[in-house]
Amino acid sequence: MSTLTFREALRAALDEEMARDDSVILLGEEVGQYNGAYKVSQGLLEKYGPERVIDTPISEEGFTGIGIGAAMAGLRPVVEWMTFNFSLQAVDQIVSNAAKMRYMSGGQFAVPIVFRGPNGPAEFLGSQHSQALQSLYAHFPGLKVVAPSTPADGKGLLKAAIRDDNPVLFLESEMMYGLKGEVPEGEHLVPLGLADVKRQGKDVTIVTYSKPVRMVLEAAEALAAEGIDAEVIDLRSLRPLDERAIYESVVRTNRCVVVDESMPFASVGSHVAWLVSRNCFDDLDAAVELVSGEDVPMPYNHALELAAQPSLEKIVDAAKRVLYA
Amino acid sequence: MAVGKKERLDAKFEAKLLKEMLLIRRFEEKAAQMYGLKKIGGFCHLYIGQEAAAVGAIAAIDLKRDYTVGAYRDHGYALACGMDPRGLMAELFGKATGVSKGKGGSMHFFDAGLHMLGGNGIVGAQIPVATGVALKCRYRRDGGVVLCWFGDGAIHQGSFHESLNMAKIWNLPIIYICENNQYGMGTDFRRVSSVADFVVMGESYGIPGKQVNGMDVAEVYREVGEAAAKARGESTPVFLEIKTYRYRGHSMSDPAKYRTPEELESYKKQDPILILRSRMEEAGRLTEADYAAMDAECKAVCDEAVKFAEDSPEPEPSALYEDILA
Repeated sequence: MSTLTFREALRAALDEEMARDDSVILLGEEVGQYNGAYKVSQGLLEKYGPERVIDTPISEEGFTGIGIGAAMAGLRPVVEWMTFNFSLQAVDQIVSNAAKMRYMSGGQFAVPIVFRGPNGPAEFLGSQHSQALQSLYAHFPGLKVVAPSTPADGKGLLKAAIRDDNPVLFLESEMMYGLKGEVPEGEHLVPLGLADVKRQGKDVTIVTYSKPVRMVLEAAEALAAEGIDAEVIDLRSLRPLDERAIYESVVRTNRCVVVDESMPFASVGSHVAWLVSRNCFDDLDAAVELVSGEDVPMPYNHALELAAQPSLEKIVDAAKRVLYA
Repeated sequence: MAVGKKERLDAKFEAKLLKEMLLIRRFEEKAAQMYGLKKIGGFCHLYIGQEAAAVGAIAAIDLKRDYTVGAYRDHGYALACGMDPRGLMAELFGKATGVSKGKGGSMHFFDAGLHMLGGNGIVGAQIPVATGVALKCRYRRDGGVVLCWFGDGAIHQGSFHESLNMAKIWNLPIIYICENNQYGMGTDFRRVSSVADFVVMGESYGIPGKQVNGMDVAEVYREVGEAAAKARGESTPVFLEIKTYRYRGHSMSDPAKYRTPEELESYKKQDPILILRSRMEEAGRLTEADYAAMDAECKAVCDEAVKFAEDSPEPEPSALYEDILA
């Protein structure tokens, strides 16, 4: 074990996978000479050279599609978007090509590619640069969607994503790159599609993922101080979704709160809440609560942008509501 | 691979090109007939009139190491690559024996073994994909060259411009082929293009190019052969505008009222099959009987393809959930 920041853990995953397999290449804006807009790829150009760490022009649709073609022809590209906000320029390539190529070709073509970059609300960035886009990508069959919450999961999930034969959207969080944690050295793989129980509890299940996990754990401690014992589930993968882990918890606690940074309409959070409502109906003692981002574009003003996101208070209140406390 | 301009193609090779064009023509006619009988549904974009482009170009590359990546008017590329007409017709019928198991349809023919990467239904979406295949060829130094097909409609998509820029800065071995059939669906390309000569578009990214007469299969073969030698030898992108014409509408549902009957007739006089056939007959390389036999053979292959498609099973309901993820 060593203590690494989230960005260092991601870098370790890239470094190890590039050393292990020469079909792994990294391409994106500023990944090479600049060492990465968020310094995830620092040192990789020097180590692996410009044919494997490729600086692209600002052409998201183009270099995303180039990654897809290279993947169809046998490479394992990692495409870095400076942020997921810019992935919207490339949505056609992701949705029309990466997600559907295997299906449309009757299983002839795999697209082993990872699309990664920071996602979710940051600070003082305004509407276009501060949004959680996982619900968009989770909508499409043919894509896997992963959103780690710790440096260890960041490393283990990224390594697994690179080895996966499907297109994987790997959602990091700009606010998490400096977060430190214990990370296993060397071969550490976290399988896609497995949730992690972060805290065991008997009174209420709180399902969340990515950056809000820490806030939910804090909320669980606040609830504990009031005698409420919350179980916290970190989904880690949104597609595939570990439904069994959610249901196994909810049938014991009989109450469920879903916490999701994305906006509420047709979101990952609303889908999980519906699944629990549908599949745990007989076990639920209260309607499932959803704490989401507010249904607004992100404002610049800091007080307003905090108000637009899940907060400790909103999470505690939701847990109390399902407990009628 | 490339032949000098004045050098005559080998007689056997000419016959092969003629037969491949004829097979595409008869296959497309059969597809149109089956569409009329409602055996085929949805979008169906026929290649009739453009046969010389696919046949000439694909004859000039080596599909063991080279690749072809195309758009939605893909029946011609698929046949020119050597895909089995039976599997193609079955795909049009939506049958389990189709090349894409009946889940792709007309716009999504693929053959991994023949390096045929589609078949893409979004205008211009295949251009970055093709460029990525060329990135693989460059990275692996495997000597491969990519034919990237698109039309005069796609050339104004951002995907085209972004791809050419990156292909140039990264020295990728790819031939961008704009098959200019004059109309992007119902829109005359001259109404929507800032330039009449698309070679200018390639040159604006430092990529050399030329216009090619797409009704003459020998010229297409020579020019693509030379372009492939350059792309392969120098590891560089090349641009070709192949001037061609489609006899049918954009798709089966398009009556093509945006052009005159005179225009269509004038192109039919330059028909690629007619041109090669006359040239071969004049040179004493083909008799009327030879042609009739060749034509009968192509028609029989297409009849057999229809029979195969008719007799093939529908996909199992479980196929719905297959081939989504590995």
